Amino acid sequence: MVTVTTPLKAESRDLNFIYNGGIHALKGINMPLYEKKITALIGPSGCGKSTFLRCFNRMHDLYPGNKYQGQIVMHPDNTNVLDAGVDPIEVRMRISMVFQKPNPFPKSIYENVAYGLRVRGERNKRIIDDKVEEALKGAAIWDEVKDRLHDLAFNLSGGQQQRLCIARALATDPEIMLFDEPTSALDPIATANIEELMTELRDKLTILVVTHNMQQAARISDYTAYMYLGEMVEYGDTDRIFTNPTRKETEDYITGKFG
Amino acid sequence: MGLEISDRLAKKFRRNLIERGIEFLLLLAAMSAVFTTVAIVSILLYESYTFFEHVSLLDFLTDTQWTPLFADAHYGIMPLVSGTVTTAAIALAFAIPVGTIGAIYLSEFASHRVRETVKPILELLEGVPTIVFGYFALLLVTPLLQKFIPGLPTFNMLGPGIVIGIMVIPYIASVSEDAMRAVPMSMREGSYAMGATRFQTAIRVVTPAAISGIIAAYILAISRAVGETMVVAIAAGQQPNLTFNPMDSAATITAYIVQVAMGDLPHGSIGYQSIFAAGLVLMLMTLFFNLLGHFTRKKFREAY
Repeated sequence: MVTVTTPLKAESRDLNFIYNGGIHALKGINMPLYEKKITALIGPSGCGKSTFLRCFNRMHDLYPGNKYQGQIVMHPDNTNVLDAGVDPIEVRMRISMVFQKPNPFPKSIYENVAYGLRVRGERNKRIIDDKVEEALKGAAIWDEVKDRLHDLAFNLSGGQQQRLCIARALATDPEIMLFDEPTSALDPIATANIEELMTELRDKLTILVVTHNMQQAARISDYTAYMYLGEMVEYGDTDRIFTNPTRKETEDYITGKFG
Repeated sequence: MGLEISDRLAKKFRRNLIERGIEFLLLLAAMSAVFTTVAIVSILLYESYTFFEHVSLLDFLTDTQWTPLFADAHYGIMPLVSGTVTTAAIALAFAIPVGTIGAIYLSEFASHRVRETVKPILELLEGVPTIVFGYFALLLVTPLLQKFIPGLPTFNMLGPGIVIGIMVIPYIASVSEDAMRAVPMSMREGSYAMGATRFQTAIRVVTPAAISGIIAAYILAISRAVGETMVVAIAAGQQPNLTFNPMDSAATITAYIVQVAMGDLPHGSIGYQSIFAAGLVLMLMTLFFNLLGHFTRKKFREAY
């Protein structure tokens, strides 16, 4: 059950998002993100869940003409990450992201994980070495790669590449980690590994995950939000959403009648 | 029924015939390039063989003078090689940085509108006849350089070198830009999501990801620069000089070939044969760079 004492890490307040070309993809989204919990976004394709996720680290800024309205406020400092005066690079330093398809850089395993530290200007090799090892251990891939840290990352399997991408995102000690359908390109065993890893990461940071897989949301998340046509239909404790949804649309979706 | 089957067989036979005919035509088209190359190489080898019956390979490689048309004839290829290498090196020293930076700008920084305007203009530059560039070097670039470098002779390697550089910039920029644009957006997003700037993303992620295409662009440019004829023939002086000094006048292999081919040397004379030997060296040089490029690309090939 939701306990009142769980602190908020971030929340979206009346968030609207309009794509270049005028598509109104998010309509008045209000949602809390509780600290050191996993929040899952579910809903049919095109419902806006990935769009919503990508607002948190301002990924939409990479493409011209997109418009945000409303706020995503981070706690405890009350920074509105969507504020025009807030540097998106600073936002991304605090909120990291793991993508749908593993996207390692054309570099060695080591350099992939060191990347975030290097772009932050870290030059001390000892610090980087330690951070890389810590991140790879944190992403449960250290044992598999410790003897070949300087191999090209492309030589890893898909599941390993995704864990490497998680390590890369971990290395910079983010406060929030965004996962955009992190297992949709992986086989069931690799998926199970990533899910286990995510539940372990909950001890360290706040997670927001988009998933197409409702069982996955049920297995790993603490809170679930169901989105449809750019609106947040229902948000709540995962157990309650899956056992006793209050909205008919949510029930239809999770029981497979729709979507 | 029987009729129908034989009907179908007849059709099948005709279909096969057409298929084979088309396949043969396609093969012929593909082989035409191979035949041409083989023909060129055999003529070069054949004519050079006659040349080397008169001139020892050792003299050819070690003599420091190239004067096949003088009474006191010397057949050292090195003065031509030095001219070729120097002008090509000047060209690349200029074109590789400018072309690469241009490609990075066009691919990663320029707005859609700027890119769509600049790229066609760049590609237009590829189509300018090289003789125009030759006079551009002789009548504009060299006089301009003479203002900054007193004592620079009218015929020198620096001016033509720079102009060849200008000529190959579009190749480097255009081919490298294609390679960079082929890097998937997901890789850029991965970099931005880590808090990287646009510049960091361009230099640390996109460029290494596109490196095999960028190297291909460089190889294309090297072959162009080494094989460039008119610019050096017009603006570098046509005097074989064993020198790597850009201020000196010199002749390149190609410049020598046009010079001799335009004169009236009797067919079969040693001077006439010498152009084939020079051509063979030129071909070996470009072959070397192409092979080098092939293996470097293999080494750097990225799968994404």
